Amino acid sequence: MSATLSYIKKDSPIHRLTGSTKFIFFLIWSVAAMITYDTRVLVTMFLMGVIFFVMSGLKWKDIRFAVLFMTWLIVINLVALYAFAPEQGVGIYGTRHEIVHLFWRYSIVAEEFFYLFNFMMKYLAVIPVALLFILATNPSEFAASLNKIGVSYKVGYSVAIALRYIPDVQRDFHEISQAQQARGIDLSKKDKLTDRLKNSAAILFPLVLSSLQRIEVISNAMELRGFGKNKKRTWIVERPFKKCDYVAILVAVLMLAVSAGFMVINGGRYFNPFV
Amino acid sequence: MEKKSKFTIKSIVAIGIGAALFFVLGRFVAIPTPVPNTTANIQYGILSVFGIIFGPVVSMLAGFIGHTLIDLSWGSPWWSWIIASAVYGLLIGLAKKAIDIENGKFGVREIVIFNVVQIVAHGICWVGVATALDIIIYDETLSKLVAQSLTAWGMNALTTAIVGTLLLFAYAKTRTKAGSLQKED
Repeated sequence: MSATLSYIKKDSPIHRLTGSTKFIFFLIWSVAAMITYDTRVLVTMFLMGVIFFVMSGLKWKDIRFAVLFMTWLIVINLVALYAFAPEQGVGIYGTRHEIVHLFWRYSIVAEEFFYLFNFMMKYLAVIPVALLFILATNPSEFAASLNKIGVSYKVGYSVAIALRYIPDVQRDFHEISQAQQARGIDLSKKDKLTDRLKNSAAILFPLVLSSLQRIEVISNAMELRGFGKNKKRTWIVERPFKKCDYVAILVAVLMLAVSAGFMVINGGRYFNPFV
Repeated sequence: MEKKSKFTIKSIVAIGIGAALFFVLGRFVAIPTPVPNTTANIQYGILSVFGIIFGPVVSMLAGFIGHTLIDLSWGSPWWSWIIASAVYGLLIGLAKKAIDIENGKFGVREIVIFNVVQIVAHGICWVGVATALDIIIYDETLSKLVAQSLTAWGMNALTTAIVGTLLLFAYAKTRTKAGSLQKED
């Protein structure tokens, strides 16, 4: 389970930002990366992300596994993109600079590899900021942040409940699955796929029933305490916005503006160095 | 039963617990399949069960929150597929109207309805929504996406057909059927 990313408590400029700031920053940042395909913008975003990460004082070992996993995902995606359409970049940039012909329809074309590089940068532009959001935001602050950006506090509470009960559900699942395995129910490769799926239902059913029971207990407890009576509520972990919070959000908004601005300058999403 | 608003305390809690289940199953339970790097996503079976029991709003938000948490725990969210999960939750929840699970009815008619709805819903989400968003956001090649989304459609629909149907069938048995009591002579 060490592979799962979770909050790491530290004291740094990034950690001192409120949860809402980091959430808003992360959302604006991903929108900025989503809309553009401009290499210059994406590289800038990536480098800024790395600088923010260094500022947070988090260590390489905290993210090593996640980075390796993401790299693997990106590589698979790049290989698949190239395998399915080796000339996609030519269609996008409108020119064709062939460097070496390999075999059949595959050759090394500058445009295609530039497109693949941009595709990779599109990931890399968001990863550092996403990692920071996960590692440097206290989960208890999350519900308050959602509420702050205008999401109903009830939905915020759903998220808080999800985060709170993930370990419990995980433990339930583990116990049930061990008990069922002791009775000879197998999920590994030794069984046929359809059998495995059927077997998983034998584990899931007690899990669903115990979860339904849990829902009953929690909602009764909340009902007894009068949850949802008022239109608004306060949060124990909510912190007031400080100067640095406004600065951070301003940076994200500027990035979004730059990203959108370059789309206007380029007359499209792509930066084309080939013409 | 009083019905003031559809968004009751129970549905708020159901969204949270549903998302937690979706997360745990999607993140830690990988059932290997013959296709390399593809695992059966049993979380969609559970999401469907929540849709049938609690309705579309609960399963939509549970899918959205659960999938976002899974992606964040790996490092970076892939919004197009997250949104597809939410749309799937919404669509499968609509079948609640046709299936009276609370009164223990889950016979051949309900099984057929459930599976038709889930296959169509998975089709709309993976082949439709996810592919369209991947093209809009990432400008990927259509042929790669078609291969990817058809695999996802097939795998998820198969998983939901087996896991979802079995779970709902078992759940229906725990409910008391209307008019199940008979007067003794």
